[in-house]
Amino acid sequence: MDSLNHILKKIEDNQRIDINEGLALFRHTDFLTLANLANQKRFDTHPEKIITYVVDRNINYTNICVSGCRFCAFYEPPNQDQNKGKGYVISKQELFDKIQETIDLGGTQILLQGGMHPDLEIDYYVDLLMYIKDNFDIHIHGFSPPEIDFIANKSCLTISKTISILRKAGLASIPGGGAEILCDDIREKVSPNKCLSEQWLEVMRQAHLQGMRSSATMMFGHLEKDIHIFEHMDKIRRLQDETKGFTAFIPWTFQPDNTKISVKKKTSVEYLRVLAMSRLFFDNIENIQASWVTQGDKIAQTALFFGANDMGSTMIEENVVASAGVDFMLSKEELTRLITKAGFEPRQRDCYYNLI
Amino acid sequence: MKIPFIDKRLEDIYSKVLNGSRLSKKDGICIYKTHDLIGLGQIANHVRKSLHGNKAFYIYNMHLNYTNVCKNRCSFCAYAKDDGEKGAYVWSIEDIEKKLLERIDEPVKELHIVGGLNEDLSFEYFINLLKTVKKIRPNATIKAFTCVEIDYLSNLAKLSIKETIQKLKDAGLEMMPGGGAEVLNSRIHEALFPKKIGHKRWLEIVKAVHKAGIKTNATMLYGHIETTEERVDHLISLRDLQDETHGFSAFIPLAFHSKNTQMSHIPSTTAIDDLKNVAAARLMLDNFDHIKAYWVMIGEKLAQVALSFGADDLDGTIIEEKITHTAGATSATGLTKDQMEEMIIAAGFTPVERDSFYNPIK
Repeated sequence: MDSLNHILKKIEDNQRIDINEGLALFRHTDFLTLANLANQKRFDTHPEKIITYVVDRNINYTNICVSGCRFCAFYEPPNQDQNKGKGYVISKQELFDKIQETIDLGGTQILLQGGMHPDLEIDYYVDLLMYIKDNFDIHIHGFSPPEIDFIANKSCLTISKTISILRKAGLASIPGGGAEILCDDIREKVSPNKCLSEQWLEVMRQAHLQGMRSSATMMFGHLEKDIHIFEHMDKIRRLQDETKGFTAFIPWTFQPDNTKISVKKKTSVEYLRVLAMSRLFFDNIENIQASWVTQGDKIAQTALFFGANDMGSTMIEENVVASAGVDFMLSKEELTRLITKAGFEPRQRDCYYNLI
Repeated sequence: MKIPFIDKRLEDIYSKVLNGSRLSKKDGICIYKTHDLIGLGQIANHVRKSLHGNKAFYIYNMHLNYTNVCKNRCSFCAYAKDDGEKGAYVWSIEDIEKKLLERIDEPVKELHIVGGLNEDLSFEYFINLLKTVKKIRPNATIKAFTCVEIDYLSNLAKLSIKETIQKLKDAGLEMMPGGGAEVLNSRIHEALFPKKIGHKRWLEIVKAVHKAGIKTNATMLYGHIETTEERVDHLISLRDLQDETHGFSAFIPLAFHSKNTQMSHIPSTTAIDDLKNVAAARLMLDNFDHIKAYWVMIGEKLAQVALSFGADDLDGTIIEEKITHTAGATSATGLTKDQMEEMIIAAGFTPVERDSFYNPIK
């Protein structure tokens, strides 16, 4: 109890808490006490009663993936016989139409992500980016670290060189996906063919060093233990001390339907506790995002009182989580209504959290 | 416990709660208006914990909606049909037997029985309904008929409320749900459910029911045209009656679902309003033992959160919820006992399976 009071005092005095202190707080603090701490921290960081959101679309350029992560319900294996013809690589026309529609709906960016396709090399990605930039004035937030790591290996390039080539072709920022849990003992179990935590962090480091910003995510609720959640956040916090390149942290819960990992889905209270802890742990990342895609509108709105200051994206299209049996949909009108009803002013933002 | 409030107005409310003073109408309005959701939740949670500690109740129950034919046709209802309309149904006593026997192997502890005001049914039907249920499920409690149905049945039987209740009790009625109150207010009565009994009659009936020794629940349908003041007045009316009768068991805030109703233009309630209604009920209804988070209406995820905002009961496993799902509810139609317990444990509480009167099931 004494040690808990000591940790609470540190939070009050705006001192950094370490992994063990975070874990103790997470385990032993009452739900709403944790919420209150996170909420106060959120208002210390963002005194304005504003909740931001971005209007964008997820475009998955391919679902063919050699990674075969056990938590994924979206991918198809490269082998035609195995994927029964369900594998695709997006056509230029389809890409064009999707982006045009995004712009027509007031979108400012696209989130471009896809599988690790064994036949695509850097030229494909460069062509994809240049095609978009030639036709549209839109921010491209794309290629999570495992994709960049894969492209680099595939094309025998360094991470740094790969990023600089993609950047020249039009890539503006990097999404924090594919982080899952940045502990290799867990990664080896859930995503054995995906890059290890050190590579993930290296991609982000190199991108930040080249002046690009990125987000960071955490997918929890599969095979990790509580300690891994804090080790994950600690690794990101350390890199942020070094580079200041992360714009936001986005925790979300693993959705087990249609995947190869059979666990019980994390409940809303467990999600909100982790969200609150992320606000308290990250003294160097300003924005914490609520995940309505995995939690639904009600918990996403509640999350605005558990440390989140951003509602994420209106997501004109989302395929990956939907494949795992979760298909919450929110229009821009509904998203802004939720924010307003919670007593905040909804404001559209860009990828760098500038208000539009 | 010291609570650092963002909204300083909550400090007064918290000191009143700590002193055991009753909250006023003004306090009630402040509870609904505050944007300090967490501070409010912490006060409500304090009260909830002092009453029930870490326990969170649920019941293994089953719903029987014997007919959807209803002469009232309230504008907020998606369930009712006219006689002969497509989808209209009425269950015969044999149908009810069959429904009960289909699930006879399950450990059902309570039958929640409500239906429309169907003019084809005689008083005898209701007596037979109760007797049949009791015969097939002698160990489950029969919680049946809202005050609206009781008023209707007393007219049908040409008996006083007291006599009507006595007949129903003799046939097996043990408790009554809290529906049909909607919002105890004449303006809303006129606007949304003019054919249904109004608030004076509802309170009269519930009082007679309590005096006849039957416990009931109480509800409030929120999220349509009611004002904050009307919500608070509703809670105070219930609190006043409870002082007199002590006949209310639980209060259940009911979130309005508009899909397929005449009011489908009204958007659904949001989580903040749902949680505030739970907290407001816990704080205003100081003479009620239990506040339910009805997961069918607010969803399983939010109901779990509501356990920390004043609720101590998640209602039942249900299995076959119809009424709210007809109005577009996206929650499951039933939860298993395991799912219920896991939800409660993950929220940091201790699950207690209960009977209708909150006795723990051994």
